[in-house]
Amino acid sequence: MDREQVSSRQEAYIREHRRHHHLVAFLRFLVFFLFLALWEASTYLHWIDAFIFSSPSRILQTIIDMSRDYTIFRHTGITLYETLLSFVLVFLVSFLTAAVLWFSGTVSEILEPWLVILNSLPKSALAPLLIVWLGANTRTIIVAGMSVAVFGSIISMYTAFRETDEEKIKLIYTLGGSRLQVLRCVVIPSSIPSLISILKVNIGLCLVGVIIGEFLAAREGLGYLIIYASQIFKLNYLITALIILCVIAFGLYQIIQKAEHSIRKTRSL
Amino acid sequence: MTPLLEVSHVCYAYHTLSGETQALTDLTFSVDEGEFFVIVGPSGCGKSTLLSLLSGLIPAEAGSIRLGQSPLTGTRTKIGYMLQKDHLFEWRTVYRNVVLGLEIQKRETPENLAHVEQMLSDYGLAAFRDSRPSELSGGMRQRAALIRTLALDPSLLLLDEPFSALDYQTRLNVCDDVYEIIKKERKTAILVTHDLSEAVSMGDRILVLSKRPARIRRILPIHFADGSMTPMERRQAPEFKDYFNEIWKELNENGS
Repeated sequence: MDREQVSSRQEAYIREHRRHHHLVAFLRFLVFFLFLALWEASTYLHWIDAFIFSSPSRILQTIIDMSRDYTIFRHTGITLYETLLSFVLVFLVSFLTAAVLWFSGTVSEILEPWLVILNSLPKSALAPLLIVWLGANTRTIIVAGMSVAVFGSIISMYTAFRETDEEKIKLIYTLGGSRLQVLRCVVIPSSIPSLISILKVNIGLCLVGVIIGEFLAAREGLGYLIIYASQIFKLNYLITALIILCVIAFGLYQIIQKAEHSIRKTRSL
Repeated sequence: MTPLLEVSHVCYAYHTLSGETQALTDLTFSVDEGEFFVIVGPSGCGKSTLLSLLSGLIPAEAGSIRLGQSPLTGTRTKIGYMLQKDHLFEWRTVYRNVVLGLEIQKRETPENLAHVEQMLSDYGLAAFRDSRPSELSGGMRQRAALIRTLALDPSLLLLDEPFSALDYQTRLNVCDDVYEIIKKERKTAILVTHDLSEAVSMGDRILVLSKRPARIRRILPIHFADGSMTPMERRQAPEFKDYFNEIWKELNENGS
């Protein structure tokens, strides 16, 4: 009897929880659709100029047109490729640099102020310089993507490495381990949660850097599409590109999030 | 018979820009093979520093430490060190934690691995071989940490307050367990503690250190009528109280 009572309350609790969950999901979409409806209606009723503000129906039409001649896939693919490549390179460069900094206290003491200065530099200011040095090509865009993330990433990874429990490090030494083994057996494994959150930040920053690069030095890609569209006043193109960027940013973040979940599960962290 | 460990006139000081702090002054003692040697002293007197010196993690500033026939050098494969906390790595299974030392020293030979398996089953951890450390109780974790140390077959075992992180009841049990394991594996051990009853219940000899800078107040041999008592049984023996009081007095005279 008592048990049944508890379980019925539990059921009510779960029902209430689900109801709330569904309500939130529904309202989220409602907000989105209301926004689209208002936008569409405002252009239809000439409250705003559809030539400048575009409209959901025009954007849909643009997406359909651009899918037909595959330009949308080409631009998206290029931006995605450049972002992922710079993301991977940022990871490799900052991981190795952070490991070297951790390995040698003197090296890190020497380099730390320079890294802080480079990190606080507004990286978009570097893009014109990169064009001159590397030319208006994909290489420049990838380097621009890296430049936004890499210094912060080095600093964060090095900080994560340094926060390793001293006693755990001592354990490896008492077992006769070398500094390299300390790095491999303790420092890196215990920094993995921090490394994942650094990756989450990096993927967004790389996308920012790539778009900046494409603004200045590209013939293809979403950044190029945005600049091109703004120059010839094709606002449908521009807003379509922005929407695709939103989707890409969200998608990339989700992929890392999923990876994080599976890593946490297998390592039971 | 030459003692297993000989410490003579060892000094150590910590240096900072604001000055130097003398931690250990002129320590001389020796530990025999198979002995359970306990070092007690007020907290902060430099007990852990002494263990770091004995393990070779830091070099002594003066004096010498000899293990067996040879002076202690940087290589410390003959010495096992058990830290205050078990420090089992959550990202490794219990088994992979226990073989960590062998893996680091690249000594994963069939004999050594068989020894590990034997210890795991002898000391009640065989069923948890593939579990994560978080699934173990405090006592089991400490046993796993001990097996990790013993896997390297050290001739001398250093224990740095290995029970201090445990609650009282677990502590008494683990104390019995660890003592039994060390005796069974016939190891020489040096235990550092600030818990006097722990010292009396486990030690064959007890070295009493003074406040910082630590010097030797006294080395007290412990004899119980029945030599084969467990630490828990010793706690109930009539001699226990006398030894406890003697060390207590020694430590407090120190303070004044």
